[in-house]
Amino acid sequence: MASRNATQTTGFLRRRLQRAAPLLTMVSPVTVWMVILIAVPLIYVLFISFCSTDEAHHIVFAFTLQNYAKLFDPTLLSIYGNSLLIAGLTCLISILIGYPFATIMANSSPFKRTLMMVFLMLPFWTNSLIRLYGWRSILGSNGFINSVLQSLGLITQPLELLYNHFAVVLGMVYVLLPFMVLPIYTVILKLDHSLLEAASDLGARPARRFLKVTLPLTSSGIFAGSIMVFIPALGYFFVSNLMGGGTTQLIGNVIARQFKEAFNWPFGAALSIVLIIITLVLVRAYTKTGGKMDDLGAM
Amino acid sequence: MLMASQAIVELKNVDKRYGENHVVKDLNLAINEGEFLSILGPSGCGKTTTLRMIAGFEQQSSGTILVEGEPVEDKEPFERNVNTVFQSYALFPHMTVFENVAFGLKMKRTARAEIRERVQEALALVQLEGFEKRYPSQLSGGQKQRVAIARAIINQPKVLLLDEPLGALDLKLRKQMQLELKRLQKRLGITFVYVTHDQEEALTMSDRIAVMHEGILDQLDAPSRIYDFPATRFVADFIGESNIFDGLASPQGKNIVVTTEAGRVLGQNSGGFEEGEQVQVSVRPEKLRFDSEAREGFDLEGTVRENIFVGTFIKSILLLSSGQEVVLTSLSGQAVPEEGRSYHLFWEPSDAVILHSRSQEIWSTIANVDLSGFSAEADASADAGSAETGGANAAPASAGAASASAASASATPAAASAPAAAHRQKARA
Ligand SMILES: Nc1ncnc2c1ncn2[C@@H]1O[C@H](COP(=O)(O)OP(=O)(O)O)[C@@H](O)[C@H]1O
Ligand SMILES: [Mg+2]
Repeated sequence: MASRNATQTTGFLRRRLQRAAPLLTMVSPVTVWMVILIAVPLIYVLFISFCSTDEAHHIVFAFTLQNYAKLFDPTLLSIYGNSLLIAGLTCLISILIGYPFATIMANSSPFKRTLMMVFLMLPFWTNSLIRLYGWRSILGSNGFINSVLQSLGLITQPLELLYNHFAVVLGMVYVLLPFMVLPIYTVILKLDHSLLEAASDLGARPARRFLKVTLPLTSSGIFAGSIMVFIPALGYFFVSNLMGGGTTQLIGNVIARQFKEAFNWPFGAALSIVLIIITLVLVRAYTKTGGKMDDLGAM
Repeated sequence: MLMASQAIVELKNVDKRYGENHVVKDLNLAINEGEFLSILGPSGCGKTTTLRMIAGFEQQSSGTILVEGEPVEDKEPFERNVNTVFQSYALFPHMTVFENVAFGLKMKRTARAEIRERVQEALALVQLEGFEKRYPSQLSGGQKQRVAIARAIINQPKVLLLDEPLGALDLKLRKQMQLELKRLQKRLGITFVYVTHDQEEALTMSDRIAVMHEGILDQLDAPSRIYDFPATRFVADFIGESNIFDGLASPQGKNIVVTTEAGRVLGQNSGGFEEGEQVQVSVRPEKLRFDSEAREGFDLEGTVRENIFVGTFIKSILLLSSGQEVVLTSLSGQAVPEEGRSYHLFWEPSDAVILHSRSQEIWSTIANVDLSGFSAEADASADAGSAETGGANAAPASAGAASASAASASATPAAASAPAAAHRQKARA
C-alpha cells in the first residue's frame, strides 16, 4: 500500500501520515495527494539510487550498486562521523539548555508561560537564514564580539569565532532549540505533582528526587526532543554553510552538493537513502523504548 | 485538657489563608501517640489543607505545628518523621511494587539485604506477597491502595497521614479496607490521622473524631460522644440524623424546659443555661417517642405524614403544628405510628442535647465582621472562649451554621423545611 511505504520516510512525514491514517482509508483525494507528494518522490529517489550517470550528467537507467559502494569511501565515512558528532553535540547542548528552560516555563504563572512561549516561537516567524546572518554579524571578525573585545583592548587580533565546529553547533542549537523545549515542556506539564510530594514525603532530597522521579518520568520528552533535534541536525546544510564556511561538512552538505554542483543525482539519492535509514532506525529505537509518536508531534 | 507530653502532633492556633480565602481558622488540635484520629467534615472544609500542613507541603499562615514536641516550621517534608498516604495513591508509575515500597528505605541508604527483608515484611502486612515485580498500572484500585500504605509505613513513621485513602474504592472493598486499616493501626501502634468526609467511616474506625466545618474545629471527641452529645448544631446535623428545635430555655432543677414554636419540651440541664436563653434542642430520630397521651413536661404533637421502611427500621415523618417536620425511627417489630394520625411526642430528657444558640450568634457576628487588620486578637479571644468549654466542646460554629440555625429540623427534606424556616423568622420578627 502506498501509504504504508510513505510512513517509512522521515519522522516528520511518518508522523503526519500516522495522524492521517484513519482518514486515508476514507478520503481518497487525500490518499492520492499523499501518494503524489510523498510516496512518488521517495520511490523515485530509491529508484535512481540504483542508477548511474553518463558524461553529460544524465541519469542512465541501468541497475548498479556503485552508488552504495561509494558510500564506504574513507573521506565520506569521516564526514558521516563528523556529522553525527555535531548532531550529538547539538542534541546534548539543547537538552542542557532546554530542560531547565522547559522546567522554568512549566512552573511559571500562565502569563509568564505565554511570554516565554512567544520568545521561544518568535524565531519561527522570521527566516532562519536571516537569523543566522545575524549570528554571523555577531561572531564575524568585524562582528560585535570582536569589536567590543578590541575596543576594550583585551585582544589585538580578531578572534576566529566563525567557520569552525563551535559556530556550527551554536547555529544548530539556535535553530533547533524550540524542538527540544516543547516536547520536554509538554511532559513536565503533565507530570503529576503528587508524585513529587510523595518522593519528598518518603525522604528524598531535591537532587535525588529529581534523579529518581522527575527525570525518569520526563525522559520521554527528552527522547522526543532529541529525535526532533538530532535528525535535522544531520541535514541542515545551510547552517554549516553559513556558520562553518567550508570547514564543517554534514551529511546534508554532501547530499546537497551531489544534486546542485556535481549533478550526480544517483549518488545523492543513495546518500539520502542512508539518511532516511538513520532516521528510521532512530525513530524505531525511540518507539521501542516506549516513546510515543504523538510526543514527536508536540509542535 | 491533654498533657503536652502525650501529644505526638499538636497544632496551636493554626491559620491558613489562600489570599482572601481563610481555609483553616485558629485550629487547636492535640493528637495522642498511638491513637486513630479522624478529621471529619464536608468537602472543602479544610481537611486536606490541615493534613498537608502537618506533612509540610503547605506552610501555615500563622500558628505552630509541633511533631514530637518540636516545632516543624523549618523542616522540609523530607525531614519530618511523618508519612502520607495520598488520596490518589501517587505510586511511582516507573517503578515496580517492590521499588515503590523500597523507595523510603533507599532514600535512607539502607543496606540492600535489609531493604529486601523489610519490603517483604511490609508487603506481607498488606497481603501483597508475590506482587513485587508488578507495575502500578497492573494493579487494581484496592491493590494500589495497599502498596501506598506499605510504602508509607516502611520507614516506621511516628505518624501516618491518610487523606481519604478509601475514597476511590467501591463500597464493599471500602468496608473491608476499613477493618484492615484499623487492624493494621492497632498492630503497628502508629498514630493515624485519617481524613474523611464519610461520617460512618469515621465513626467505625476512630478512637477520636475531629469534626471540622468551614475551617473550624467544631468538636473533638470519641465517636459515641460525638454522636450522643454533639457540641454544635453543625455536628448534630452532620453526624447521623437529628431533629433540631429552636426555643427559649428555662432551667428547672435537673431539667430544662424549652419552649419551642411547636410546644414545650424537656432536656437535661447540663449547667450553664440561663433563664430565657435562646437554645437548640437536638434529638436523634431513634430517641423520639410517641404516644396517644401527653407526657409530663411535653406539649408536642405531630401528625404522621408518611412511614418509610428502611431495612431493619421504619422511618416516620411527622408534621408539627409549627410546620416543622421531624423524623422518628422505630425498629421493625416495635409499635409504629399510623399514617395520618396525630400523636404526642416526647423523649427522655437525658436523650436530648441542648445547645447554646446565643453563643453561636455571637460567634457568627464576630466571624462576619471584617477583622483582617487584627484578626489575630479576635481569633485568640475565640480560643479563650472555647477553652472554657473544656476543649472537647471547642470552637464556635461559623457564620454559615449560625445563619442556618434559623432553619428547622435538619432531618426534613430541604424543600419541606424552607417554608417552616420562613414561618419561623416571621414569628420572631
Ligand atoms: N492551593 C490552593 N490555593 C487556593 N485555595 C486552595 C488551595 N488548596 C485548597 N484551597 C481551598 O481551600 C479550601 C479547603 O480545601 P481542602 O483542604 O482541600 O478541603 P477538604 O480536603 O476538606 O475537602 C477549599 O475552599 C479550596 O478551594
Ligand atoms: Mg480533601
